[in-house]
Amino acid sequence: MTKKLKLRLFKDKFYFILLLILSLIPIFLFILIIIHIIKKGITVIDWSFLSQLPKPVGEEGGGILNAIVGTILLIILASILTIPIGIVTGIFLYEYSNSKLAYIVRIISEIIQGIPSIVIGILAYIWVVKPMGHFSGLSGGVALALIMLPIVIKTTEEMLKLIPNELKEASLALGTPYYRTIFKVMIPTAISGILTGILTGIARIAGETAPLLFTAFGNPFLNFDIFKPISSLPHIIYLYSISPFEDWNQKAWGASFILLIFVLFLNVLIRILSVKKK
Amino acid sequence: MKEITLKIENLNAYYENNQILKNISLDIYRNKITAIMGPSGCGKTSLIRCINRMFELTPKTKIEGKITLIEKINGSFKEINVYSTESTYIRRKIGMVFQKPNPFPTMSIYENVLAGFILNGIKLKKSEADSIVEDALRKVALWDEVKDKLKKRGTFLSGGQQQRLCIARALVMKPEIILLDEPTSALDPMATSKIEELLENLKSIVTIIIVTHNVGQAGRISDYVAFLYLGELLEFGLTDKVFTNPSHKKTEEFLIGKIG
Repeated sequence: MTKKLKLRLFKDKFYFILLLILSLIPIFLFILIIIHIIKKGITVIDWSFLSQLPKPVGEEGGGILNAIVGTILLIILASILTIPIGIVTGIFLYEYSNSKLAYIVRIISEIIQGIPSIVIGILAYIWVVKPMGHFSGLSGGVALALIMLPIVIKTTEEMLKLIPNELKEASLALGTPYYRTIFKVMIPTAISGILTGILTGIARIAGETAPLLFTAFGNPFLNFDIFKPISSLPHIIYLYSISPFEDWNQKAWGASFILLIFVLFLNVLIRILSVKKK
Repeated sequence: MKEITLKIENLNAYYENNQILKNISLDIYRNKITAIMGPSGCGKTSLIRCINRMFELTPKTKIEGKITLIEKINGSFKEINVYSTESTYIRRKIGMVFQKPNPFPTMSIYENVLAGFILNGIKLKKSEADSIVEDALRKVALWDEVKDKLKKRGTFLSGGQQQRLCIARALVMKPEIILLDEPTSALDPMATSKIEELLENLKSIVTIIIVTHNVGQAGRISDYVAFLYLGELLEFGLTDKVFTNPSHKKTEEFLIGKIG
């Protein structure tokens, strides 16, 4: 009897430790990555790195201002394209959740989410770059918007679903027309959740490289014109890390560090928002 | 003199293939409290949701029959056919309070009282808005409790206070009738008695229809009582008469607690 019990207790402990080790692996890997990037990246970063443009090959110094500005512009562009369409589609899916059209839209949104980002880049190339005749920030924005759109649609729908039906009825019972109920009651109530979705989308596209290779293309000069090629952080990381110059390799680490900090910051913001919601 | 404020004639309501209300005809009298009682699932809630056209919001429903609202404007009467008038207008004239208190979580107490104006995009002057809020909160005996925290969220109040806030919200639209759907079923006895007292005071300014599962409550506050059983209106009359001398056997069984 006691032998059986001992065996059970041993098994219990064994599985507990196994679970502990397995769940520590991702944390360990995360810390490893962070430490590595910080160690390699932080030495590169100074004010000139953030505020200067790249210097010609062979010259020391210079920075990645073009990539920082480019990434910000691309994110703004993708957000402008995505947020209105995403939220309206999310509302539609919530309101007509049993209709055939909603079913189809939902499936298509999920399929878009599953398309490899490089393929989305090709699509943006065919849709925007070819007709325009040259690479542009706009085409990069379109590619990123396609990646971000399903995330915003999904979270908007899910957040609206969480609102109790009584609230909608309270508004309708006051003689509020339908569209006003949506925009004055439903959206404000779900807004922090919808914002979380938008930030999740931005965190996702901030690190996308593949769809930008033949859309935004990259640009060594400072550019605010979305109809011209534009640089971005992931693109510059890609470019610099495969280059043969030691100085550029170093700068790739610096850019990685900045991108990492940005994405971590977004994630913290998402956490704060979703805690506030509860 | 008894004035009729709402006439329900031959009302039938269906959900999918089930008939929920069977040929109901009922007159509601002005400035009286009419209680609608009956066992669960008898169609009480469906009946009042037919009155302010909330029933039709559920998909796969159908309504037959006629409901007429008789609006009193400066002493003269105006008949309004509920089903051929804009539903938003009907819902402003016939307010509703729900089972679970449901103040808008994004709005302050002050804004919740004015929700009917805010949501409908009706602009008010600050002084006008202030007096409407104070007046409505005084009517529901909430003013003294919340006058120092009008800027706080409505959801910050206790359940009973929230429910009184919801009644204030309905009153602000100056409705002819307010419908209350088991307004005290989620509240404790203290809060319940406060609401009941409040309804007694409110009937001088508005006609009240209250759905209740609670026989005691119907007896305490109502002037008229309607007994619904399996979608049929079995009995309607003065509360005193129905409670002391019910004409239908089922009513009696319900009153003494045999069914329900």
